[in-house]
Amino acid sequence: MAFAAFGSSTPTTKGQTKSGRVVLALLLPGLLYLVLFFVIPLVSLVLTSLETPAASGKIGEYVPGLDFGNYAYVATKYWPQIARSFGFAFIATIIALLISYPLAYFIGVKARPWPMLQRMLVTLVIAPFFISFLLRTIAWKQLLADHSPIIEWAHQVGFLSPSQSFIGSNAAVVFGLVYNFIPFMTLPLYTSLERLDTRYLEAGSDLYASPSKVFRKITLPLSMPGIISGTLLTFIPIAGDYVNASRDFLGSSNTSMIGTMVDADFLQNRNYPAASAMSVVLMGIILILVTWYVRKSGTEDLL
Amino acid sequence: MAGELSVAGADLELIDVRKDFPGFTALDDMDLHIPAGQFFALLGPSGCGKTTTLRIVAGLETPTQGRVLIGGKDITDTKPHDRPVNTVFQSYALFPHMTILENVAFGLRQRKVEDPLAKAQAGLDLVELGHIGARRPQQLSGGQQQRVALARALVNRPSLLLLDEPLGALDLKLRRQMQIELKAIQMEVGLTFLHVTHDQEEAMDMADTVAVMNKGRIEQMGSPEALYDRPKTAFVSRFLGQSNLFVGKVSEENPNSVSIEVGGAKITVDKKRAEKHTGTVAIGVRPEKATFHEEKPNLGADHVLIGPGEIIDIRFTGVSNQYLIEVPNIGEVTVFAQNVGKSPVVELGAKVWVSWKVEHSFGLRDLPDGTEDLG
Repeated sequence: MAFAAFGSSTPTTKGQTKSGRVVLALLLPGLLYLVLFFVIPLVSLVLTSLETPAASGKIGEYVPGLDFGNYAYVATKYWPQIARSFGFAFIATIIALLISYPLAYFIGVKARPWPMLQRMLVTLVIAPFFISFLLRTIAWKQLLADHSPIIEWAHQVGFLSPSQSFIGSNAAVVFGLVYNFIPFMTLPLYTSLERLDTRYLEAGSDLYASPSKVFRKITLPLSMPGIISGTLLTFIPIAGDYVNASRDFLGSSNTSMIGTMVDADFLQNRNYPAASAMSVVLMGIILILVTWYVRKSGTEDLL
Repeated sequence: MAGELSVAGADLELIDVRKDFPGFTALDDMDLHIPAGQFFALLGPSGCGKTTTLRIVAGLETPTQGRVLIGGKDITDTKPHDRPVNTVFQSYALFPHMTILENVAFGLRQRKVEDPLAKAQAGLDLVELGHIGARRPQQLSGGQQQRVALARALVNRPSLLLLDEPLGALDLKLRRQMQIELKAIQMEVGLTFLHVTHDQEEAMDMADTVAVMNKGRIEQMGSPEALYDRPKTAFVSRFLGQSNLFVGKVSEENPNSVSIEVGGAKITVDKKRAEKHTGTVAIGVRPEKATFHEEKPNLGADHVLIGPGEIIDIRFTGVSNQYLIEVPNIGEVTVFAQNVGKSPVVELGAKVWVSWKVEHSFGLRDLPDGTEDLG
């Protein structure tokens, strides 16, 4: 407005430039952050994944190159880990959804008349985060160790055959994954269900829909945004998890996932190109799956 | 098309229905019979139990005691989705994740009716919204949503249609228009309508029978004309239109009439228009039935005359003027005079007498709140 005093014919343009500058200044920290901590590392990761061993032949020394053979190596050597990662992520996400949905429904819908109870239950869902994720996983390792009361009992009732261990099995890893990531499923579901207008459910039953039909035709579609964000928030980190499946925690050498192998290649084998290639593969597969999933569920506008 | 939608409505019967919520009784031993094909209005202030009644009929609330019968069949323990009843909700409750056409087809699909989309389209045509079937509820105006909600209920041809303040969210002009349309549709399809409202004009305008509810009970039930002409309780006389009420001890009883003495004036009511003939009685008259005079008129025993009083307020409402007259020892009396150029021109402070024909007096069963029984 102040520019108008100069009789300029372009006060609005100048005004726009000014507000443009303000917008830029406000965006700058975020953009800088993205460039520094996302774009540059990503480019560096892709470049590393194409490096070739140095002429010296020493372990851990590589020179820039265009060695697509790293990808072939990773795909042939680590395909079981890749398949296991997505298999575990898929199963753990489904289990987390099946456990979380009734829980979130109870907290978000049934507990509405008691706000105190609602708040307490939400706090309980988040409470495990107050203790380190590693500590909790170690604790489970002890609780589920061979001579622990739980496992002794499982042997007695026949859930496990006499000589069978639980730790180190696929089931133990999936158990740990579900346990560690379930709040990421419960919270978005709760937020979505907490806003569910129960008058729609009454309208559904008024229009001859049985309770199960009301759930399938009304409750479920209306909570779809929560289901989508919950499944994405659990599936993506689970696919890349390297703790639960590791031998030091709930897994064994037979349960390793992509993350376990990236960890091993980076820190022990010092095969940086292979570790990078595997990270790129993990990222690529997740991107493809997520795009397909979001398209398929027809909820692009929700994200 | 309308023929396809029409079906004989069924009658509704509530027997001794009671509903207790923690801390209060929403419905108190309610008995109600609505004949098939009627447009029935439950009228009352908020919290009077009218919505609870409707929800009990729909099955969304379980009565603490009593039975609900539709078409003679006891449905008290029937789940909402098995009842031959549909509701137009106050909030409309159109499913936001479905198109308008799918919303209207919802009930038909649940009951596996053949060709649900064609029937839903016919339902939308009936409410003149056939062209918006592909839209989503969020894209519609309030009036359009209301009509879709009506179509969604009507296409199922329920024996009984429940309307929960369906016009409450609309502006005055649209409300008037929808009242006319709703009434026309009811006549066309011949269903039994149970309409819950707090708008007395709406109830009187549309319903064949109106039940006025207060504090979980039906105070009075009848045709709008009968309710207006002869309210039986102080609540009804004031909730349905306005009334001048006078309270006094019966001073004279004749074969055909009783009179009370109030502030030196004798106010008379026909016995057949009075609920109570002894003790302390409240007698009322509608403001438009009363007239005022600048000079004391010479009237016979067929008139009630009070005054003189002083005009303390005049309100111009267009078709009529509303005069508030303070009569010493009696209180304030309201008189409506139509602006047809016949009533006397008076100013604030003028001294006037008020009269009405005895046949327009009505005697109440109870006394207005805040008045004491004079023994």
